Amino acid sequence: MFTRRSDVPFDKDDTSRYLPWLIAFMVFLAALALASVFVLGHVAANWDRGLSDTLTVQLPSGEDTKTDERRAAAAMDLLKKTSGIERADLLDRKQVAELLEPWLGPATGNSDLPLPQVINVEIDGSLELDVAGLETELRAVVPGATIDDHRIWMDGFIRSLHAVEALGILVFIFVAIATVGTIVFATRTGLGLHRETIEVLHLIGARDSYIAGQFATRSMFLGLRGSLIGILAAVPVLLGIGLLVNSLDSGFLPKMELTAAGWTAIALLLPTTAIVAWITARITVVRTLNRRL
Amino acid sequence: MDEVVRFENVGLRYGLGPEVLQDVTFSLTPGSFHFLMGASGAGKSSLMKLMYLALRPTRGIVSLFGREVAMVPRDGLPALRRQIGVVFQEFRLLTHQTAFDNVALPLRIAGRRESEVRKHVEELLAWVGLQDHMEAKPETLSGGQQQRVAIARAVITRPKLLLADEPTGNVDDRIAARLLHLFEELNKLGTTIVIATHSKVLAGETGHPILRLEDGHLEVVEQDAVLTRGVPRGTSQGASIAPPLSPGVEE
Repeated sequence: MFTRRSDVPFDKDDTSRYLPWLIAFMVFLAALALASVFVLGHVAANWDRGLSDTLTVQLPSGEDTKTDERRAAAAMDLLKKTSGIERADLLDRKQVAELLEPWLGPATGNSDLPLPQVINVEIDGSLELDVAGLETELRAVVPGATIDDHRIWMDGFIRSLHAVEALGILVFIFVAIATVGTIVFATRTGLGLHRETIEVLHLIGARDSYIAGQFATRSMFLGLRGSLIGILAAVPVLLGIGLLVNSLDSGFLPKMELTAAGWTAIALLLPTTAIVAWITARITVVRTLNRRL
Repeated sequence: MDEVVRFENVGLRYGLGPEVLQDVTFSLTPGSFHFLMGASGAGKSSLMKLMYLALRPTRGIVSLFGREVAMVPRDGLPALRRQIGVVFQEFRLLTHQTAFDNVALPLRIAGRRESEVRKHVEELLAWVGLQDHMEAKPETLSGGQQQRVAIARAVITRPKLLLADEPTGNVDDRIAARLLHLFEELNKLGTTIVIATHSKVLAGETGHPILRLEDGHLEVVEQDAVLTRGVPRGTSQGASIAPPLSPGVEE
């Protein structure tokens, strides 16, 4: 793939064969970890934005339709007058039935079941809204009214998402450390294997940096080759997982997609791995040779 | 002018073994030519290794080009080594590289331009009779051809000090004479030369003085003395041997 004149016979070195595959495996794992971080970050941000500024008001079903209408009008009146509320929409019976369909079945809308009235409220996130106070006021006009503040359960859920995201970052860091360790080990093995050649180069007048440069260049090309294989393997897997998750069509889960930033980060693994391989090999060689005559 | 090589009371032992070199004291002036002789196991290779900085002495002082080696920092060693050309007994060519690349190595390490490298290497390989084998890998060359590549690599930078371990051991008489002539030419240009050899014939052809090692001790003897035997240790042109120096006493 890449040929370059080298004074050290790396072609005869087994590390040249296994190192790209080890790096490919590491880069594959790193790409998956990175993708999970970006997808979960995106999901958390969208959910946060979508649900943190909404409330759901629930009014208990009355004895007759007129009572329901009166209660709904009173509640809507109060909500529209309350500062911090941008919009309030009363859902009709069909919409409420749709919301309950997963639990009560498709016939919910046509049955005589008493359904609660639901008002979808959008609040102005920039203003402080006293949800508990609003609930008390609502109960004064509509006894038994409740407010479902999504922020309470959303906070816990988003925290869980961020925890998984942090886990992804941790996995990425571990993979990066393991990659560096692998390169250090391979370089040291190479130094041992090519001890004779290195001694000749030294005796001819080569500086440590000259020898380190040869190891670093070789390590960089192996890293480049390995990371290319790893990324090429990760892309179809990520696309497959994306298709699978989004085909579930749960309605509850938001759309899982890897953003352009995520794809860019994965693509950047290619040069990053090559640079890390170059620096790691160079430092390892200089440090090891420094202990010799 | 500073001596090219100076050894003072140098001793060398490997691990906990006996000393293979004992109280070796001598110096080589610039432009001198010596043969290093001695029986197998007398310490010739060890002495050569000390001179080309592959080993450090167990005791004593080794100075090269006026600098005490023990005082030279690690990053200063390459500059010293670039002034030394070495022909190793077992050649130590880079087997994955061509004859051309092997000979070019010292120039490339020194950072010379590729056009300059090509010109010099082609000239020298032609001179040692390997113009038709420039692209050959060492394993395809005969022992004598490999030896000539090794010699060409050692002299390509025109070093101030040339150390050759049995440089004519694998070549026929005609090539041996040609190589010896190459060493003589280099010597005339100012290179200090030490050739380790078993061949009394080779040493006798030139009349240069001899560093003789026996049981780890070194003596410098006149050429005639070797051929006629029995001449006591003393001085000769280009090399001097002095009694061990006491600490703090200048020669």
